[in-house]
Amino acid sequence: MDTPLTRNIRADREPLDLKGYVAAGGYRAARRALKSLTPGEVTGIVADSNLRGRGGAGFPTGKKWGFVDMSDQARHPKYLIANADEMEPGTFKDRLLMEGDPHQLIEAMIVSAYAIGARFAYIFLRASYFLAARRLRAAIREAYDKGYLGNDILGSGYDLDLRLHVSAGRYICGEETALLTALEGRRSVPRAKPPYPQATGLWGRPTVVNNVETLCNVPHIVNNGARWFKALSRTDDGGTKLYGMSGRVNRPGLWELPMGTPAREILDEHAGGMRPGLNFRALQPGGGSTGFLVAEHLDVPMDFSSMAETGTRMGTGTMIVMDDQVCPVAVMRNLEHFFAQESCGWCTPCRDGLPFVEKTLQAFEDGDGRREDLDRLERYTRFLGPGNTYCAHAPGAMEPLGTGLKHFRDEFEEHIRRGGCPWSA
Amino acid sequence: MATIYVDNQPYEVNADRDLLDQCLGLGFDLPYFCWHPAMGSVGACRQCAVKQFKDENDAQGRIVMACMTPASEGTRISIDDPEARDFRASIIEWLMENHPHDCPVCDEGGECHLQDMTVMTGHTYRGFRFNKRTFANQDLGPFINHEMNRCITCYRCVRFYRDYAGGRDLHAMASKNHVYFGRHADGPLESEFSGNLVEICPTGVFTDKSLKAHYTRKWDLQTAPSVCAHCGHGCNILPGERYASVRRIRNRYNAQVNGYFLCDRGRYGYEFVNGEHRIREARLREDGGEPRPARLEAVMEHIGLPLGDNRVYGLGSPRASLEANFALRTLVGTERFCAGTSPGDHHLTGMMLDCLRRGPAPSATLPEVEQADAVVVLGENVPDTAPRLALALRQSVRRKGLELADRLDIPRWQDSAVREVAQGEYSPVFVLTPAPTRLDDFATAQRHAPEDLARLGFALAHALDPDAPPVTGLSGDSQALVETMAAALGGARRPLVVSGTGCGSEAVLQAAANVATALGRANPQTRISLVAPQCNSLGLALLDPRSLDTAVQAAEAGELDTLVVLETDLYQCLPRDAAARLLERAGHVVTVDCVHHDTAARSDVVLPAAAFPEADGTLVNNEGRAQRFYRTCLPGGPVQESWRWLQALTAVSPANEAAHWHDLDEITAACAALTPELAGITRAAPSAGFRLAGQRVPRQPHRYSGRTAMHAGRTMHEPMPPRDRDSALAFSMEGYPGDPPGALIPRYWAPGWNSVQALNKFQSEVGGSLRGGDPGVRLLEPREQGTFHDGIPDAFEPRPGQWRIVPLHQVFGSEALSALSPPVASRAPAPHVALHPDDARSLGAGDGALLRVGCLDGTPLPLCLEPSLPRGVVGVPAGLRAMPGPVSGDWSTLEVVEPS
Repeated sequence: MDTPLTRNIRADREPLDLKGYVAAGGYRAARRALKSLTPGEVTGIVADSNLRGRGGAGFPTGKKWGFVDMSDQARHPKYLIANADEMEPGTFKDRLLMEGDPHQLIEAMIVSAYAIGARFAYIFLRASYFLAARRLRAAIREAYDKGYLGNDILGSGYDLDLRLHVSAGRYICGEETALLTALEGRRSVPRAKPPYPQATGLWGRPTVVNNVETLCNVPHIVNNGARWFKALSRTDDGGTKLYGMSGRVNRPGLWELPMGTPAREILDEHAGGMRPGLNFRALQPGGGSTGFLVAEHLDVPMDFSSMAETGTRMGTGTMIVMDDQVCPVAVMRNLEHFFAQESCGWCTPCRDGLPFVEKTLQAFEDGDGRREDLDRLERYTRFLGPGNTYCAHAPGAMEPLGTGLKHFRDEFEEHIRRGGCPWSA
Repeated sequence: MATIYVDNQPYEVNADRDLLDQCLGLGFDLPYFCWHPAMGSVGACRQCAVKQFKDENDAQGRIVMACMTPASEGTRISIDDPEARDFRASIIEWLMENHPHDCPVCDEGGECHLQDMTVMTGHTYRGFRFNKRTFANQDLGPFINHEMNRCITCYRCVRFYRDYAGGRDLHAMASKNHVYFGRHADGPLESEFSGNLVEICPTGVFTDKSLKAHYTRKWDLQTAPSVCAHCGHGCNILPGERYASVRRIRNRYNAQVNGYFLCDRGRYGYEFVNGEHRIREARLREDGGEPRPARLEAVMEHIGLPLGDNRVYGLGSPRASLEANFALRTLVGTERFCAGTSPGDHHLTGMMLDCLRRGPAPSATLPEVEQADAVVVLGENVPDTAPRLALALRQSVRRKGLELADRLDIPRWQDSAVREVAQGEYSPVFVLTPAPTRLDDFATAQRHAPEDLARLGFALAHALDPDAPPVTGLSGDSQALVETMAAALGGARRPLVVSGTGCGSEAVLQAAANVATALGRANPQTRISLVAPQCNSLGLALLDPRSLDTAVQAAEAGELDTLVVLETDLYQCLPRDAAARLLERAGHVVTVDCVHHDTAARSDVVLPAAAFPEADGTLVNNEGRAQRFYRTCLPGGPVQESWRWLQALTAVSPANEAAHWHDLDEITAACAALTPELAGITRAAPSAGFRLAGQRVPRQPHRYSGRTAMHAGRTMHEPMPPRDRDSALAFSMEGYPGDPPGALIPRYWAPGWNSVQALNKFQSEVGGSLRGGDPGVRLLEPREQGTFHDGIPDAFEPRPGQWRIVPLHQVFGSEALSALSPPVASRAPAPHVALHPDDARSLGAGDGALLRVGCLDGTPLPLCLEPSLPRGVVGVPAGLRAMPGPVSGDWSTLEVVEPS
């Protein structure tokens, strides 16, 4: 089984330096793209590969790049941004890629920036990723020293400057437009779409924001071709995927597996099943903002299209497993607390609706849950849904609540009946 | 135009606007908070949700925000859709989670947009049973009261204060449901537009501190259309009165003059009306001391004696109405009617009038300023002399960003997207002034002495049109700037030239006129904005007064034995000794004014004039627009309009038979008959006989309380409301309840809309003209293609031992009446002089040193170092009450009294 993304990552996680990376076949894709492919050809290969965004939304990467104005009239400079603000609860996949193989990301950004004609690139890094910051900084320095970054890269005539920006640390900065606003040095409030960043992004210029894992696939696609990439996958969504699992399983971890591997296989074969004495109750497939899947969903292939058919999203593919010894209402309260805290405060439903939800869930835990609260929560899952709020933050927060109200209705009723939390005695 | 369907009914709308804007324009009651007609859409509050359908077969639909959805052809929406209604009610419920239930003690209560919207959405039952969030408040200075617990986080305040008005010290801080709008630390809000927060805030977070000092509910305020008296811009205002004291000023919308906003000088300057400086009784000097209150009959008898021959001179006033000045002119005769301003200001205002008359560039209306795509400001510190114009200039620089947005198909109303595209890209603005201005942050700014400013202007005119006289000996840098400016202005579609009397230089004004002429001959879209010193400077100039020097010479020649001074303090027009000498030689001085000052103190007779909220008349603003202002309230006692006093003097004066005016309409008509230029003033507003459905327009709201009780302390009978001979307004709550002509709108109210947002119901389209027409009449349209002036001064050379004086105008303090208002006075700077640090060093003086300015009367003033001042120049604050007198002449000596 080919694992292109993690191929260079050693057991001790010490990253390859530039020399080692080149020796392992690195920077071949950059050389090939800059010297023998046009930007349009690079975008074409990526589009053919059906690479879909690994940040959670699964938007086709080639299509995203295709919206960038490549004409002479385009506003300059254009920007490429690696969204490395990995703050989704339970998600730690980009961290491995950046800590374990920083040059892979740098090469990926060179190729991708070339494809959209970007003159500047930024890595927007999660505030608490200290090790990744250190390793990326060192790798960027090496890349500049060896002419992989800066002016006239590898004698191709293409100029690219890459900077690492460490976030001040808010979940909303991972929202691509809030990220742009934060990068501009302003309050990280998302922007209305349209216009999309490809038309008016960082400092009003054409900009593409891609997730780290998405970008890291690009050099391999350029080296090996779209057909190879598609063949890595078990389903129509191409490539491999970094799947993670946390919670009370025997071996929590992160694995690069073919796209479309079902959750049951990951739980049983890779995570070693539930810890002794615990039973599986549910899991969130890809972070705190994805809905709960229960046992009946465990054999659905974990890819963007199949997950969408279950009514939730694959998200980041890093699963949080909930066992039968924790209170699902408490889990939801904890999640909603997080989302309420991380609201940017711009739009009313999110800013004031999420605390309402959180306090209502707390009321269930405190024995003050009422039957009409369930109606209210159910109503809010619709009212805080997509389109009603300014960005996807609150709709994301409603995914676990909406599916939770469906799957754990009995547990809510039990809280009302008992006048408190059955698990907290 | 486009057809949209609202609840299945077709409507014609403007496709370039958003749905909320168009729905409100169609008269629908669709609630909103974050949207503002002058600031566009940002989609934050989510209150204006409607259901949008793909086509007539779509029964499902989806919720969209009306403010973020274009009103494009075929759009189908439902406002009444149950889900949309529920969603809107939920938004209010969320907003009300933390909002205190303190309406009865909240200053906003009764005119609160949040109250109105809450009622409109039908949210009546509180479902939130948890604790509320609380904040600490800040002391934001003398204008604004801060009560953050009431905040619903609509972001309007920072969007206005920062994005629209360019302020820097109000921030949105923290996040989630804890966003805090305030300053980093307690302290006065720095922007001179902070008072607009009172009207921008949809609830009671930012309220009017001056109103709080003598609080009255909106429904208890008697209000009438008025015009601001505190600068030449002529913003339309609505003073509110109760129990014969003026309680506050609110904006009165006039799309052509001030739109939605006022400056703080205009909003808070009114307190002089209630203040200790008011003259409220006739005064007579009998024993050589100060004039003392006396019986009116005795006073009138005293005046009667010496009046009535050609030895009576009158000093007109640039802050008195046209009618008052006209009455004075009638009383003393054209030959002896002089301008009550410094001879320099008189001359400059005359030039300004000449420039507007000759053209070719017409004066700019407010929308024309905002739409200018290249601007040059020559010599005028606009934010300090005409703040509302400066606010419009700040909008003009957005042209470039808006055009970028057009290219990317971003609708202009989508404010945040437009600003993100524009980022720091501004249309060109060149600010050439002697001292720094608050326009500099978005302009190419240069500092020069007036002579050099004029030379740059003359050179610019020549670069634009070779017929204009050339300037020789310009430095390379200056020549390069001239070429940059010529390219920007010459290539602009709607260039604008801004100048004025502010830096006291004839050459600067001539240079500005040359630039406007050069541009205007080539481009008919060229506009000019000239700033005059006071609210009726142009009106006074239209009455063609003689210079004050005429009166001075007559006095010196012994040909003057009575001087009638109208609303003027001579001590602000002439050096102190010259003023004193004129008053002394005049023998008999009659002063008509609303406030006490040094001239009044040295008059033989003082007659109490009504201040602007108690008076009616016509003012001519910088644009040349005649605007009528009406009495909000009756002043009480013998106080009356200046024109009535002067008419009374005319009646006691045997030589004058002309003045048989019985009311405002008659005197306005008489004044209009004077010259064809003034003929339009009768059309500035409806006459007193105007009726709607046989009724007058009531000054009091229909909910006005206490009508039968408020006079009970004096009489148990309910007195008849005072009759108003001068206008179609009534001192009553009874009258026509609908939408009057623009010039007569006494307040904004509509059923369900108690706040200022009711204004939407008075406009022909949202943000457009009033349905009853924009008030006022433009009197001056250019008649000629202009001529080029050639009075090019020599380049400025510092003189040894002499300093070129440049006046430093202050938004707070430089205007005489507002400076008497305690909140404004508290923001006025202390007297000082300003020098370039190198010049200060050459004098051996440091920051804070005490300097004696030769042309002032000797009081030493502290020195402020101002690195952007040109060398060889001394900046002297203009018109401050605490200054030892007006500046005269162009040059002065400086003497260091104390090095620091």
